[in-house]
Amino acid sequence: MTDGASARSTTVSLAPAGDPRRPPSSGAPPILPLAFAALAVSLLAGATATAALFGLHGLIGPGAPALVLVLLGATALAAWAPVWPAVSALLAGRRRAALLLQDDVVRARHAAATGRESARTAMGYALAVVVVAGLIFFVTANSGAVAHTFLRGEFISLAWADVAKAFWVNVRVAVGAEILVLALGLVVAVMRMLPGPAGRPLRALAIAYVDVFRAIPGIIVLYLVGFGLSLAKVPVIKDLPPIWLAIVALTLTYGAYVAEVYRAGLESIHPSQWAAARSLGLSYGMTMRTVIIPQAFRRIVPPLLNDFIGLQKDTALIGVMGVIDAFMQARLVSSQVFNLSPVTVVAVAFVIVTIPQARFVDRLIRRDQARQRAGGS
Amino acid sequence: MSFLQIRDVRKSYADNEVLRGVSLEVARHEVVCLIGASGSGKSTLLRCINALEPIDSGDILVDGDVVTGLGVDVNRLRRNVGIVFQSYNLFPHMSVLRNVTLAPVRVGGMDRRAAEERALELLARVGMADKANAYPDSLSGGQQQRVAIVRAMAMDPQVLLLDEITAALDPELVGDVLEIVRDLAKGGLTMLLATHEMGFAREIATQVCFLHQGSILERGSAAQIFEDPQEERTRQFLSRVLTARPA
Repeated sequence: MTDGASARSTTVSLAPAGDPRRPPSSGAPPILPLAFAALAVSLLAGATATAALFGLHGLIGPGAPALVLVLLGATALAAWAPVWPAVSALLAGRRRAALLLQDDVVRARHAAATGRESARTAMGYALAVVVVAGLIFFVTANSGAVAHTFLRGEFISLAWADVAKAFWVNVRVAVGAEILVLALGLVVAVMRMLPGPAGRPLRALAIAYVDVFRAIPGIIVLYLVGFGLSLAKVPVIKDLPPIWLAIVALTLTYGAYVAEVYRAGLESIHPSQWAAARSLGLSYGMTMRTVIIPQAFRRIVPPLLNDFIGLQKDTALIGVMGVIDAFMQARLVSSQVFNLSPVTVVAVAFVIVTIPQARFVDRLIRRDQARQRAGGS
Repeated sequence: MSFLQIRDVRKSYADNEVLRGVSLEVARHEVVCLIGASGSGKSTLLRCINALEPIDSGDILVDGDVVTGLGVDVNRLRRNVGIVFQSYNLFPHMSVLRNVTLAPVRVGGMDRRAAEERALELLARVGMADKANAYPDSLSGGQQQRVAIVRAMAMDPQVLLLDEITAALDPELVGDVLEIVRDLAKGGLTMLLATHEMGFAREIATQVCFLHQGSILERGSAAQIFEDPQEERTRQFLSRVLTARPA
């Protein structure tokens, strides 16, 4: 509520005329229309979801196991759940009217606020139900063509073992590249911060590297490293197994991003920390190592993990250099059975690996924010 | 011969001339207080002595050695010249003990165990031994400043620079910190301190310098500066700060 609105309501209540039993308007929406709207949306959501689940049931066929039927039924019931808070909002609205008749303005206001909260809860839940029901409609549409293209059980069970095995390649490439990226990014970031004219050539080199590799799409780097280096018969590198070439290529691409993350972290440390360390006689390098980098590292963990999630997903590109990763493997199976369900398996695998990391990053960010609010560094 | 000699030091930031030819001599065991309004150059002068800021011209000599200009081993200089900052600047990712032992171990080449023993001894002297394993965030400003003084003293400096070390503290915490400085002075440590605590300066200083717009306008014993200032500017400054904060 704005200050203007509260000021206005004060004037209204001070006015001599008017119905003394009517509480001043608080600027909130009136309870009864809101409750009716919530009820309508909830009923609509329940009906939509039930229809969608019926469609899904028809698709699964009559031979579905009992457990599936029970699950469908329970889901349908859950879809009707927002009706309950909507009804309780209506009841609250009636309670308010009754209380107003008894001149109990304070409790009437309380009842109205409770009702409004229930109505909003009902609407929020109902909208979510409608969205999910829409998704189910989409999947079952065209008498199940979508589900048949992406979610055929027999092809999923045919492909998943091979795809899971190939996913291990993605995991190894990701972990290998992440370790190298951690080192390369730090070296480049420190190079970019070297002081004085003596540091200028290395600074320029670091800037050039970051500019170039942030500009080239990762898939092109993979392609060039994968084929170019072995075509050119570069010693040592031409004998590396392709999985190592993939690691090298992803390290080059993501090293540039991570160098920038490191640099932002190093530059975020207050100059007074430099002054304090140098004043004790610590050299530039020692100050960097013992005072600046450890503090910067804590701050950059969340953005670093975000870049790592990006790197992990980009391991799906290494197929272009002839490495059989999970995506490549899934495409091979897909082309045999002429169905995309094996690729869905890869997508799910990435989701399973990524979600815990995303939640972990969120937690770190929340922790940092809490610490900043507490006045820490 | 004076232990610390500052000869006609000039320093500018861009167009702003912060030090306009400052000269000062500090003998061993002397306690010199720099007073003056904010922006008069007190902090800059201290930072120049510690080589945290390069100077534009002039010389600074410590124990007869020129310590400014090219080719000077600033890391060696800083072992002999400690500085304590207004905002403590403790290392937040290290425990109190690690804050204090970092320089003796890494720079002084001391054995870690010996350094820790000595650090605990110094911390005990300022009443902070029980906080040796605490982290700076969990300490009050006064406690942090006491640790910062110990951190500087752990390198056994021959001269200690104190840059308005009580300016960021709550009033009730100032006393503890000043008590430590008093003890150091009694122990004969050479000190150069920029301060707004006039009562303290008067009590402890063997020499008081009044800085005004980047140069030392008046200097003398504490009694002379505070009781019989010769310069009109000094009188104005003192009357302002003394009425603002009745000592």
